[in-house]
Amino acid sequence: MAEPLLATRRGDSSSAGHDADPAKTVVTTPGEPITTTASFMRGHGTFVEDETVVSAVAGVVERINKLITVKALKARYSGEIGDVVVGRITEVAQKRWKVDVNSRQDAVLMLSAINLPGGIQRRKSESDELRMRTFFTEGDLVVAEIQSHYSDGAIALHTRSLKYGKLRNGTLVKIPPALVQRSRSHFHALPCGVDVILGVNGYIWVSKHVDMETIEANPEEIYSSKNDRISPDERQMIARVANCIVALTRHFVHIHETSILYAYEASLQHPIKDLVTSDISSDIALEVRDKLQV
Amino acid sequence: MELLSPEGLRIDGRRANELRRITCKPSVLKNADGSAYFEQGNTKVLAAVYGPRQPQLKSQTAHDRAVIRVEFNVAPFSSSERKKRSRFEKYGNLRILEIATSIKQTFEPVIISTVYPRSEIAIYLHLLQDDGGNIQTCINAATLALIDAGIAMTDYVCACSAGYIDETPVLDLNHIEESSYETPDLTMAVMPRSEKILLLQMESRLQIGRLEDTLALAKAGCGQIHELMDKAVRDNTLDLVHKYTN
Repeated sequence: MAEPLLATRRGDSSSAGHDADPAKTVVTTPGEPITTTASFMRGHGTFVEDETVVSAVAGVVERINKLITVKALKARYSGEIGDVVVGRITEVAQKRWKVDVNSRQDAVLMLSAINLPGGIQRRKSESDELRMRTFFTEGDLVVAEIQSHYSDGAIALHTRSLKYGKLRNGTLVKIPPALVQRSRSHFHALPCGVDVILGVNGYIWVSKHVDMETIEANPEEIYSSKNDRISPDERQMIARVANCIVALTRHFVHIHETSILYAYEASLQHPIKDLVTSDISSDIALEVRDKLQV
Repeated sequence: MELLSPEGLRIDGRRANELRRITCKPSVLKNADGSAYFEQGNTKVLAAVYGPRQPQLKSQTAHDRAVIRVEFNVAPFSSSERKKRSRFEKYGNLRILEIATSIKQTFEPVIISTVYPRSEIAIYLHLLQDDGGNIQTCINAATLALIDAGIAMTDYVCACSAGYIDETPVLDLNHIEESSYETPDLTMAVMPRSEKILLLQMESRLQIGRLEDTLALAKAGCGQIHELMDKAVRDNTLDLVHKYTN
């Protein structure tokens, strides 16, 4: 079996994995043979037929040691343990909530994987089970961490930290998950007085700033569904940051703290509602890109 | 009406073994996970794929694989003939349901559904303009949309029709040729790499001796369509790679 696709990559092992240079990337389409199984293992996005590793999706070939994967560029979010995700409760079930996290199936948040109001540590009783809707109900937005995977690929979440829990005072922006990269922190307090939570699943929460002390002072309030009073100025700040993220997404700029900050600075000369128009959003994206390259 | 002139030209000026002009573009819709627009001559189809996602109906879940759902929709403005709307139409036109089912069955062996347990892959097909060869255009559009959505498949699915006018096998029939009473025609969908047939549909009478010619011609047409689709997918993927990495 000929190995035309990997021949170009054999020599330089440094280019394996994340490849920033588009000239070196190998693109495959479904049904395209990649290599023989004699020397390689099949990973995601591939299958084996007649001892040949064949691509199952259109995407970029990535090689990590002997493992070959093909990464589709627009595929849905697939969770990894430790990811911070933002999701919406879709269903309240027996001792668990179902959460939409933009994945292949709804994630599961167990009653035993949440903190009780007031931070009391105890086993969850039957009365807690009856009160589940007072913690999270259908339509609520939550930020959580991926705890583990079930055998069928479903995701288990937990919110056992004051960082995680119910979201309020803000707005949700949905973007392609490929534009959010895993980093040390996904919680950012921007200097303009807006908090941003970058969910790895492509859901981004932009909200009014709340400092940790206020949360710790009122632990009963973590399950409150009532918004605080938001002044028109704060409201506009939130809208501006949200529109900046939308503008960057349109032009495939990766979303992280720095890119949002640069976009915010660039946006100040325009009215908020114009940020999502095609010419202004491309101006902003260009400016951000220039600054990021410096 | 003369469908094939003495010079060997068809009613729209094509030769017997020529395809209609094909234009296709993946990633045309923003909200769908994958989408494609496919034009084959004057037949135009828009396809959208959602999924793999949480099934909308709990009863429609399989614990070990993804469930495929196909919805086929004919735009009321798609053809110039005014069709009489029956009062049962709200229950779904049977002909349309049949097409949707055959498309679903075409894709079931190709999509590697076992890697997406307990989820659903929904394919929505919208026929915008009808000039014959609806099923083949829908299948081709759905293939592009599925690839665009990043759904694992063992191969492309390419579909094409072929028929017989007088003594000549003809490729890719248009509406006039298709609806002519004495023209037999068949639709075929193949996996181009292994040349396995996924769908073979014929609703007219064809002399058995002519079947082999017609099948060979349809298969050749599928091969041509595969090349065009592969180019569109490759261009689109490269374009996305450039956008994401710069």
